[in-house]
Amino acid sequence: MHELSICGSIADIVTRHAAGRRVKVINVRMGQLRQVVPDTLVYCWELVSADTPLAGSRISIEAVPARIKCRTCAHVTDVGAVPVFACGACGGFDAEVVSGEEFLITSLELEENEGASA
Amino acid sequence: MGRFHRHKDGTVHDHGDAGDHAHNHEAHDTVGDHSGYATGGERIEVLERIFDENDKTAAANRAQFAAAGVRVVNLMSSPGAGKTTLLRETLTRLAGQVRVGIIEGDIETSLDADKLAGFGAEIALINTGNGFGGECHLDAPMVRSALPRLPLGDLDLVLIENVGNLVCPAEFDVGEDARAMVYAITEGEEKPLKYPVMFRSCGLVVVNKVDLLPYLGFDMAGFRDNLRKVNPAAEVMLVSARTGEGIDGWCDWLRARLS
Repeated sequence: MHELSICGSIADIVTRHAAGRRVKVINVRMGQLRQVVPDTLVYCWELVSADTPLAGSRISIEAVPARIKCRTCAHVTDVGAVPVFACGACGGFDAEVVSGEEFLITSLELEENEGASA
Repeated sequence: MGRFHRHKDGTVHDHGDAGDHAHNHEAHDTVGDHSGYATGGERIEVLERIFDENDKTAAANRAQFAAAGVRVVNLMSSPGAGKTTLLRETLTRLAGQVRVGIIEGDIETSLDADKLAGFGAEIALINTGNGFGGECHLDAPMVRSALPRLPLGDLDLVLIENVGNLVCPAEFDVGEDARAMVYAITEGEEKPLKYPVMFRSCGLVVVNKVDLLPYLGFDMAGFRDNLRKVNPAAEVMLVSARTGEGIDGWCDWLRARLS
């Protein structure tokens, strides 16, 4: 739903880092708690990047599962597909999210033989 | 829910299997080859948050609100949960006591802003239509664009009526001090489990349309239980914007933000 505007942000970051070099793959790390639909993001990227220097590049998504750590007993629990933010060991609700909220561009892969043009 | 991914050593696995915790996720903190195939080209490390630009603008908004001495509440809900009616009742009760500004987000039309006109608040409308059907949320730059249209120095409180949607608005910090949700009992008990990010992002859930409780099979205890599973710290308030029940408590909550 908001993937289109997210692609605009991705384009800005990628353009800045690529500095004119041809980008082949944009590696994105995305937590399960980010409400971004991977297929929609990939599709929107085609729309947003078309007719720009980034046309032909593609987004590769690394999904990170959501996990919480109990503040009482320190147990780490998978939040799961039906989300319950309670400790799997002691049942306590006082827990912090330790993974699953990531949303960043980790790296870019450039086209071969393009490195020298920067 | 299968969640395949690839580690630096090339192994691929799926997090859908319960109990598959043996590997070390700290490895994700280093940049490895997650693309799944080898390329001959150069790799550039980026490690930049995709919402960074939004969050910087949100920080600028927050600083501007603070400098003006204004407190800001971001009000979110699904379409039709009753945000606008609640706001109208709120303005009626706060008139003469609290100087309120409203930032009204809507994909198209000024219908909601029109409903709130004449109740003593300064209103800045943001239509999020962008030619692709409209943005489904307010982001920090959109809110920033509305600030010149509000006399911040003359206000105590700004209420942001976000676009009706339980998904996208939760992702965008707009520079608010607090987030509240309006949730109508017509939406059923299970939504906290379906939209955990939204419910987790709010300190207060205003449960609206409680005047309909006698006519609906709404299971309030079940709803509270589901909410507790995703956000045990959330405060819950029962109101009916139509009959006025509970609205004074909500207004007290808003007044408490000001101190």
